[in-house]
Amino acid sequence: MQLGQHISHRYGQNLEGIRNNVLTMGGLVESQADNAVKALLEGNAELAEEVATSDYKVNKMEVTIDEQCVQVIARNQPAAKDLRLVIAVVKVITDLERIGDEAEKIGRYSIKLAKKQAKNTMHTELTHLSQLVLSMLHDALDAFARMDTELAMKIIAKGDQINTEYNSVSRLLITHMMEDPRNIKDVLRVTWCARSLERIGDHSRNICEYVVYLVKGADIRHTNLDDVLADYFPGKDITS
Amino acid sequence: MKETTQIIKAGLKKRYAREKRFRFFGLMSIIISFIFLIVLLVTIFSKGWPAFQQTYIKLDIELDEATLGINKFSEEDVLFSASYQKVIKNSLKQMFPKAKGRKQKRARNNLVSKSAQYAVRDKVLADPRLLGTKQSFWFLAKDDIDVFMKGNIDRSLPESDRRIKDYQLIWIDKLIAEGRLERRFNTVLFTAGDSREPEQAGVKGAIMGSIFTMLVTLSLSFPIAVAAAAYLEEFAPQNNRWVDFIEININNLAAVPSIVFGLLGLAVYIGFFGIPRSTPLIGGLVLTLMTLPTIIIASRAAIKSVPPSIKQAAVGLGASRMQTLFHHTLPLAMPGILTGTIIGMAQALGETAPLLMIGMVAFVAEVPGGIMDPATVMPVQIYLWSDSPERAFSERTSAAIMILLGFLVMMNIIAIMLRKKFEHRW
Amino acid sequence: MTDIIETLPSMAKGSSESAEVISQADNTRQEFDVEISGTVGKPLIKNPKMSSRNCDVFYGEKQAIFNINLDIGENEIIAMIGPSGCGKSTYLRVLNRMNDTIPICRVTGEHTLDGEDIYGKDQDPVLLRARVGMVFQKPNPFPKSIYDNVAYGARLHGLASNRSELDDVVEASLIKAGLFKEVKDDLLKPGTGLSGGQQQRLCIARAIAVDPEVILMDEPTSALDPIATAIIEELMDELKEKYTIAVVTHSMQQAARVSQRTAYFHMGKLVEVNDTDKVFTNPEHQLTENYITGRFG
Repeated sequence: MQLGQHISHRYGQNLEGIRNNVLTMGGLVESQADNAVKALLEGNAELAEEVATSDYKVNKMEVTIDEQCVQVIARNQPAAKDLRLVIAVVKVITDLERIGDEAEKIGRYSIKLAKKQAKNTMHTELTHLSQLVLSMLHDALDAFARMDTELAMKIIAKGDQINTEYNSVSRLLITHMMEDPRNIKDVLRVTWCARSLERIGDHSRNICEYVVYLVKGADIRHTNLDDVLADYFPGKDITS
Repeated sequence: MKETTQIIKAGLKKRYAREKRFRFFGLMSIIISFIFLIVLLVTIFSKGWPAFQQTYIKLDIELDEATLGINKFSEEDVLFSASYQKVIKNSLKQMFPKAKGRKQKRARNNLVSKSAQYAVRDKVLADPRLLGTKQSFWFLAKDDIDVFMKGNIDRSLPESDRRIKDYQLIWIDKLIAEGRLERRFNTVLFTAGDSREPEQAGVKGAIMGSIFTMLVTLSLSFPIAVAAAAYLEEFAPQNNRWVDFIEININNLAAVPSIVFGLLGLAVYIGFFGIPRSTPLIGGLVLTLMTLPTIIIASRAAIKSVPPSIKQAAVGLGASRMQTLFHHTLPLAMPGILTGTIIGMAQALGETAPLLMIGMVAFVAEVPGGIMDPATVMPVQIYLWSDSPERAFSERTSAAIMILLGFLVMMNIIAIMLRKKFEHRW
Repeated sequence: MTDIIETLPSMAKGSSESAEVISQADNTRQEFDVEISGTVGKPLIKNPKMSSRNCDVFYGEKQAIFNINLDIGENEIIAMIGPSGCGKSTYLRVLNRMNDTIPICRVTGEHTLDGEDIYGKDQDPVLLRARVGMVFQKPNPFPKSIYDNVAYGARLHGLASNRSELDDVVEASLIKAGLFKEVKDDLLKPGTGLSGGQQQRLCIARAIAVDPEVILMDEPTSALDPIATAIIEELMDELKEKYTIAVVTHSMQQAARVSQRTAYFHMGKLVEVNDTDKVFTNPEHQLTENYITGRFG
């Protein structure tokens, strides 16, 4: 989808500015999540500390973009795709901020977990889940940047994979706890990290839903995936 | 169906019938007035048309030096004052020697117009060497002959009821047989002033009088009226009692009977200022009084109809009131002003009553050469001719009406053309 | 308004919906009781281009404007909004003495342009109007050619000494007004033949041909379609780099789009002046809020 040229330069610039800020914020959040996962898996306390303390940047961006959106609504009364862009942005940045929060949480648990270097074997259980989630986040941001609905639908369809992975990770961690009750505290921390990763996946899915809303004008939340595919992507085999 | 719908439906038929009736009445009134117009035009044209032709008689004149008492070497004033009537009489005598008694002899001499001798004189004056030779002339026929030739005198009537007697008929038939009678385009009508003799009477004097009068009227009333209208619309204080008073008076003046202006002119211009009567100047002054209110009212309406946005735009750019008036308001109002002016002038052109009061009704045979020469105007000329007893004047009256109508139509065409030219869209 | 308040209760027959309507009506009545005491926000600024102090305007006996104090800054667009008859257009016309043309109109207070008293004895209204140009509600090009329209002001004030200078003025003005490309081959065609939006830009070109310092715009787009409006608004945004613009508008959206500051007028009084960002997101005065949220008037 092309944003196109507005007669009012300033209006066009403002919308473009909002979009660029969202992409910047997305990049920031993505690197936060990357670093959080890296700190968790490698037991890097320093990196974890950095992730845990730099969430304020993301929060600040959210406030800025929110303000910009309010200004554009108040001043230019956006309509149609411009209106959808602004509404989608308002929602996307909420999800991005949440992703930032989850990354911060992972960072904080990672600090604790990193101190117990010896017993970090169970983190490796998260490797696959985290890779899946990070690639999902990356693709979701990509879909938003390029307004690529097909990519977005693919990611939405991936949601089930994450659930399956999360369940299997949970089961594994429960066995860890049963094996040795002294591990429970750490295992719980790892569980929460897994939970955060699962959340990041959910937020990424939301972002993709907003991309579809932005481009197609259709709200596909809380609907059947197959119906959506049939209605808006006829004749395309997206999920495979 | 809803109740209201039914009520409306019930009344519909009546409504349409009323509309139809209204349209019918309108159409009828237009048709009736159109018929009247056609009747008027047909009468005037059928009556006036023959006046544009005139009967001429060809005579061979012996320019005998002895009879005339002059020769080639005579002084010009001697040539001028010689009696040329004699040679014409001789020529007629030669042609119709059988005339008996004074009455018949007079009738014989009256076959040609009295202007015939002047035609001979002018030719001799132009070339005195013609004296002593025999020349053919086409003379204007006397009005009775002309009327007869145009078929307006019935041969079958008993002689006593006819203006043309039997012996005259014989002469006429002879002239026709010899090819000496001819009908030609009547140039006299356009080149001569008024005359007691119908065949010598023309409208040129009246036309020139009208033109001079209109010139005076136009050059006075247009600038005064436009200035007055512009002042009242653009500069006069609003809601001022004096301005209201003036406004009411102007509107009332437009409705004052025109003869009152004549009386005013008589009292003020002639009585007080001593302007010579019967001149286009005094006529123009009186008609100016009469047309001023018309033009002022039309000009005010035209100025008022100029969109205020245009004036505001000019003022907003820093134009003064004068500049706004002359750059924008007046040019935009000009079509309306011109239309009003020409309507006023047409009204003045057709006006008789006030001119009667200031002596323009006099018999003026000379064609006026300026605004200070005695003159008459077209409508007055028509009035004078329509009053004359001679049969030949009645067709000339209609012809003069046709010429006047022609002038009015021309003025209206000019009005439309000016309107088109100056018209702007906004 | 009182009619509505009186009739509403009779319409209400106990349903919850009607109850809501009644409470709204009560609100409306309250809103009318809001006092206007002075102007809230920031009507006064540093180094104003134009300013008014204690401005009152009377039409005969009737007072149209009550004690307005307002500064207009250099190179800013200030929008004046408010319900019909609130005095915003009247105030705008105070600024270039267009009210002088109305005999019964009387203006009091101090009004300055660059610190000069514009109602002073030695101030010439013709010169003032050359410095403070005006664009009107209805596009009103003169029924002359496009060229003559633009050249009129320059000719009037003798700004060009010869034909080629005049050509330059006309071209530059048309370029600034964003109209040159569209009309450059038709300069001798009548200005009235242009579309509404083009006509209004022609009027703007005509105004800037005199090289004014301030341009007053009285509802410049109210007779135009949305696209032409957007073009004019974009033009205003460009013009503000060089000129100070005061625009009266019926469309608060327009005020929101183009202006830096917005002034809200109500019944001849200046209620609030604030940065446009603030006015349209969080106005200080209750009346302003009511107006821009469409709750009355």
